[in-house]
Amino acid sequence: MQPILDISTIDMEFPTPSGPFTALKEVSLRINKGEFVSLIGHSGCGKSTVLNIVAGLYQATRGGVVLNGKEVSEPGPERAVVFQNHSLLPWLSAFENVELAVKQVFGRDKSKAEMKEWIEYNLHLVHMDHAMHKRPDEISGGMKQRVGIARALAMQPEILLMDEPFGALDALTRAHMQDSLMEIQSELKNTVIMITHDVDEAVLLSDRIVMMTNGPAATIGEILPVNLERPRERLALASDAEYTRLRADVLRFLYEKQRKVETIQTEQKPKKPKFNKTENKAA
Amino acid sequence: MSAVPYTQTTHVPNKLGVLVRRTIETLVLPLAGIVVFLVLWSVAAQKIDTSLGKFPGPAAVYLQFGALYSEHIIEREKAAAFYKRQETRTKERLAQDPGYAPKLRAYTGKETFLDQIFTSLITVMSGFLLAVIIAVPLGIATGLSKTLNTAINPIIQTFKPVSPLAWLPLVTMVVSALYVSEEPMVAKSFITSMITVTLCCLWPMIINTSVGVAAIDDDLLNVSRVLRLPALKHIQKIVLPASIPMIFTGMRLSLGIAWMVLIAAEMLAQNPGLGKFVWDEFQNGSSDSLSRIMTAIVVIGIIGFLLDRGMLQLQRFVSWDKASASR
Repeated sequence: MQPILDISTIDMEFPTPSGPFTALKEVSLRINKGEFVSLIGHSGCGKSTVLNIVAGLYQATRGGVVLNGKEVSEPGPERAVVFQNHSLLPWLSAFENVELAVKQVFGRDKSKAEMKEWIEYNLHLVHMDHAMHKRPDEISGGMKQRVGIARALAMQPEILLMDEPFGALDALTRAHMQDSLMEIQSELKNTVIMITHDVDEAVLLSDRIVMMTNGPAATIGEILPVNLERPRERLALASDAEYTRLRADVLRFLYEKQRKVETIQTEQKPKKPKFNKTENKAA
Repeated sequence: MSAVPYTQTTHVPNKLGVLVRRTIETLVLPLAGIVVFLVLWSVAAQKIDTSLGKFPGPAAVYLQFGALYSEHIIEREKAAAFYKRQETRTKERLAQDPGYAPKLRAYTGKETFLDQIFTSLITVMSGFLLAVIIAVPLGIATGLSKTLNTAINPIIQTFKPVSPLAWLPLVTMVVSALYVSEEPMVAKSFITSMITVTLCCLWPMIINTSVGVAAIDDDLLNVSRVLRLPALKHIQKIVLPASIPMIFTGMRLSLGIAWMVLIAAEMLAQNPGLGKFVWDEFQNGSSDSLSRIMTAIVVIGIIGFLLDRGMLQLQRFVSWDKASASR
């Protein structure tokens, strides 16, 4: 199969008062069309940095990203992002949030009625038909994340980037969302990169698990192909030998080979101050 | 009160009990406060003697409300009578001499208390709106661009603490020099007061808008970048709605200051309005003066309160963030 996305030897350095801080060193990865790839690693290892570079939100210091033969230089809807904390505009309803994206992407090609239908179709995919006209503060954390996914899907991206999409949800809701995502995936067969720190989630959803070493100068440690048959059934897999082996492999990588050093290092990545105005009670 | 079946041990909320408690909270307590204040006021007023008689108590103020209103009615009747006389005279003159070009003169009677209230309200609203038109776009620009903010911030910080009253002489001179016209649409004094109001509204509004815009969540900005929203759409769809709560905070702050400053400016510059009314009464020095001034003070307070409530209602109507509009 032809790779749709080519991440070729990217380095990422962040300037700090005490000189540049190398977050990523020589990260290379090729992703095929329709493939579901998870990035897993300890927190602070630069998973999000990789995703942000693919999204175009960051520029790699060296190396580059090529999507469908075109180099990525800025963000765009063909690389839709599902953000960790949903990032819905709090003043718009679920429908209007998706509408903003659809109008921007398909405003010229689709008629009003077609756009409405397309928005409703995407909200239906994530089972949000019943609460389409509610605003983010009126729905639960899981529902917000569903709308966030619907918004990304509605852009009809060539690759879908998910930054710990279920990280802020409780375990039951998360399981439910994973099942939903598998169901959608079986229908749309999108190319997906998902960041996660949940081993079960990675094994359950992925075709390949990309395991990252600890930073600074983090890079790809190992890549684990997951050849479990689809559709995958959470309960059946729990006692499946192959599933258990894969799970053990990831755990071994994370807790033996890449054991997080005991001393807690302060994160050196320069971060803009955040104002969590949109933080919700449900999360 | 024994008819109210409300006890502490009831866990099921009793409808009548809740109603009674809410009435007490929203109506009875404020009323009690007002009554206590009125009593203290009238007792204290009795004890203060000035060269213009006793300090006005609530009763004197109440009487003045009536007096000022009837003065207004009488003045209006006089004006109506004047215009009627003028009309008949013009008609008679035209009957005698068909070539006569009629001259219409406006009534030049004294401005009543109600006229002054109206003038002040119009002035404060026009000055405020002018400030909104300038400050909100400027605040958005400085909020969006760090460069512009760094360039402009020292200027804003320097002018912010200046009392607008200090500007008043300069504004008066500049308006007299630049606003020259044969038939002015509005009075010079109005322009002067309005610009003074604008000058004091400008700074808090620019600062609050700019802070609100700069504090927009990075994630929302990233959404805009991923969607590749054009600059104008970005402002319209993301920046403006996200910073509306802060913009309104600035607007309420400004309007409150503006109302205070306007009264002072009118007193100082003898421009028509409530401030002039207060000053004229003071200069007048009749036995009624103090109670009329006290009446004006009460009215100024009530109008200031209503202006703030009005802004709050507007914010509730416009803003998506109902929580920020609850105080």
